[in-house]
Amino acid sequence: MTGSAILKTNGFNLYYGSFKALEDINIDIPENQVTAIIGPSGCGKSTFLRTFNRMNDLIPNVKVEGKIKMADQDIFDMDVVELRRRIGMVFQRPNPFPKSIFDNVTYGPRANGLRDRAKLEEIAERSLRGAAIWDEVKDDLNKSGLALSGGQQQRLCIARALAVEPEVILMDEPASALDPIATLRIEELIRSLKEQYTIVIVTHNMQQAARVSDYTAFFYTDESRTGILVEFALTKEIFTNPKDKRTEDYITGRFG
Amino acid sequence: MEIKYIIDRFIKYVLLIMALLSVFILFLIAVFTFREGLPAFQEIGWREFTLGTVWRPGQEQYGILAMIAGSVLVTLGAIVIGVPFALGCAIFLAEIAPDNVRKIVRPAIELLAGIPSVVYGLVGMVVLVPVIRKIPAPGNSGFGLLSASIVLAVMILPTITNIAEDAIRAVPRSYREGSLSLGSTHWQTIVNVIIPAARSGIIAGIILGVGRALGETMAMIMVIGNSVVVPSPLNDNPLTIFLRQARTLTGNIAVEIGYATGVHESALFATGVVLFGLIIVINSIARVLMHQRS
Repeated sequence: MTGSAILKTNGFNLYYGSFKALEDINIDIPENQVTAIIGPSGCGKSTFLRTFNRMNDLIPNVKVEGKIKMADQDIFDMDVVELRRRIGMVFQRPNPFPKSIFDNVTYGPRANGLRDRAKLEEIAERSLRGAAIWDEVKDDLNKSGLALSGGQQQRLCIARALAVEPEVILMDEPASALDPIATLRIEELIRSLKEQYTIVIVTHNMQQAARVSDYTAFFYTDESRTGILVEFALTKEIFTNPKDKRTEDYITGRFG
Repeated sequence: MEIKYIIDRFIKYVLLIMALLSVFILFLIAVFTFREGLPAFQEIGWREFTLGTVWRPGQEQYGILAMIAGSVLVTLGAIVIGVPFALGCAIFLAEIAPDNVRKIVRPAIELLAGIPSVVYGLVGMVVLVPVIRKIPAPGNSGFGLLSASIVLAVMILPTITNIAEDAIRAVPRSYREGSLSLGSTHWQTIVNVIIPAARSGIIAGIILGVGRALGETMAMIMVIGNSVVVPSPLNDNPLTIFLRQARTLTGNIAVEIGYATGVHESALFATGVVLFGLIIVINSIARVLMHQRS
């Protein structure tokens, strides 16, 4: 593995009440790389992704065991607001707020206490450029974020996440609600973002994982419904020379 | 075999008739109120009736401006006091309270709506009025707009709380998650995203509360003092207007209908017509706002 790991997961288990949804996950997310998480429906890949920024805290009765460390700090001991500033998230369905484009993209910095208008404008432009949507919206930043097309909304959401200057960006099937052309633009964007950010992306689409990611983790579940990590390796290893029979079956389309 | 289809069809018609009957009753009430009120409007005139400041049935003077002012002011007072309270409850129930707390608090608030109006009046009279009386201002009896506003604020609390809570709960989870994922706190999320997104529902709740406040009668009669003068401040502090005794439109009807005859009686029905119109307008606005949401 090249470079260092930014998120280290060790012996991680997650329960919904008494139901064990994830078991013994060990994975080191490499810094400034794109890591894809793939696997059949219900294998817990989204649940796992949402563990990194503790979105699962919102769900009552979720219990976690094991450690996830970010720069040697256990994320479960960190201030959750601070954690979410360092680990941004893009959701499956574009979810811009019913506010103007400008207010959407500057939402995070303002929640952080920034009031200086010139600074906010600078952040808005930088973030919108970073998300490759600046040229399309620069003339009407006061337009509602909801008035944009689905693909534009998703890029706005990425810009909104960039504005907080996170170290890691989690993406939960960010293109699954988009058409092929919008999907392509999001994929291009993901590849360009890894210069500055670490990206973890959950995807249903194996071609997408192969196109955008450097590393791939394959999650799997059997009749027990408990998700496990079967294999984690360089993407080209996973797709050309999988070590595990289940990985091979999955990527060759024998199930899932 | 045949008989059960006959019963099926029969029940359908019975239910239809019941539904139509309730609409018909509403229609009858409206027609009756307007018919009884009409002579007053013809005798007194629309303008004189709604804008006249003197109500002296003995001397054939029928102006209900004092009562309109009373109703409007007491409703305003109830909104100013009750809305922050109700919104606080709604936010607490929808966003903060754990399930087991909510299971106790929400029915308790709903129970407030079930307490008979006269009990509110009684508690207001015995507990609240003596406290308000302690406010030093010339001519302050404790009875008046302030006492009535406070009682009314509690009475409209469940209406506003319930509708506002539902509106807050209806805000898509994705907004909440989006805001939290950007590193904003729960409270920032509530203030900056959830409340604005639930705004039209919250406003609808407030307006329904206004409708309820305008219609309230018994509790108002018991604490408002029932004087038929257009309220004015007691001294040079304009807020002392709320220590003034007043009368509501509803109270006007209830207090005098027992002995009213002729034009006087008709004028009370006309008071009802004004109230009817006011509440239809208020409820229609609420309806439009609630539909906007979905």
